[in-house]
Amino acid sequence: MCTTCGCGTGQTLIAGHAHSHDHAHDHDHDHTHDHDHAHGHDHAHDHDHGPAGAHAPGISQARMVRIERDILSKNDAYAQQNRAYFAAHGIFALNLVSSPGSGKTTLLVKTIAALNGSVPLAVIEGDQQTDNDAARIRAAGAPALQINTGKGCHLDAWMVGRAMDQLDLRDNGLLLIENVGNLVCPAGFDLGEAHKVAILSVTEGEDKPLKYPDMFRAADIMLLNKCDLLPYLAFDAALAEENARRVNPLVRVIRTSATSGEGMEEWLDWIREGYRRAVAAK
Amino acid sequence: MHEMSLAEGVLLLIEDAARDQSFHRVKKVWLEVGQLAGVEADAMRFCFDAVMRDSIADGAELEIVETRGQAWCMKCSQTVEVRGSLDGCPLCGSHQLQVTGGNALRVKELEVE
Repeated sequence: MCTTCGCGTGQTLIAGHAHSHDHAHDHDHDHTHDHDHAHGHDHAHDHDHGPAGAHAPGISQARMVRIERDILSKNDAYAQQNRAYFAAHGIFALNLVSSPGSGKTTLLVKTIAALNGSVPLAVIEGDQQTDNDAARIRAAGAPALQINTGKGCHLDAWMVGRAMDQLDLRDNGLLLIENVGNLVCPAGFDLGEAHKVAILSVTEGEDKPLKYPDMFRAADIMLLNKCDLLPYLAFDAALAEENARRVNPLVRVIRTSATSGEGMEEWLDWIREGYRRAVAAK
Repeated sequence: MHEMSLAEGVLLLIEDAARDQSFHRVKKVWLEVGQLAGVEADAMRFCFDAVMRDSIADGAELEIVETRGQAWCMKCSQTVEVRGSLDGCPLCGSHQLQVTGGNALRVKELEVE
């Protein structure tokens, strides 16, 4: 269920196997309790389905139930499980979000090649259909699991948790999650990651952060990608950065190009630093 | 479509609660909608009725409780009221705002039997 665009679920495929969210959700419900009947409603209606028939005409069976649950609370509970798992195993998890075509997969392939086995890593790829991206990652030498969201427009924490069951990522590892290309819905879905990484390519508009502020606000770091193309474009990189900081003053921006290698060392250093901390905190 | 799937999320929470609390019918639902949550109340009401049909909340009344958007302005060092996610601080115009309230979508309470 996506609260943002109304996309469907129920067609999720994790590495080609169908999964359903409609299983028993074993959450704590410590926030549900009964109230007294302090609400002055007039309950003049038939009671034709009282529990065990235990009702008397004229006496209301209505009661209040306090819920106080966010619509996204189910996802958030799964995200906390994932976060606890990552923390216990020293896993540094990143959630990469962007529009389709921003160069996420190419950037990942180059990142994997540059890390060159120095860090155990695995990749979760999210797309509506095909396992093309997972195949590209595997060709780059890293284990990758494809989640096909079917009608869905984003990965959720439950999908990532199930993918972790299947991925053979060792303790003290780096998990790179490439979300479905979409700047809207993934902003609302915590996967349990340490950071969201927003990728904006210079072939898009400088005002993307203003058009999709939720995503750029949710990200801790923004990669301004495909910077090797800047000489050929009218794209104002400084304005793009300014717009990103307008919605998220604390965002770190790195200008990157997977093609020329620009900014890659800074990006890799940032990963290594976060990875080192995740392992040290285990 | 936004509100349609929100309403489906509401129904999921209601069905969860119905299992835990053993109720069979929902008469009224209180839904907290933050000003910064990006939800249209009228669209929500329309979708709510459609989604609840043939469920335990069929025909339930929907009460939307609006909460105001709030943010911490880092320049003013105080909590300010904001209406839209692109609005700056009403006092100093800064965009260095950390949303602190009014962005939630929450099922608050049910009247059930």
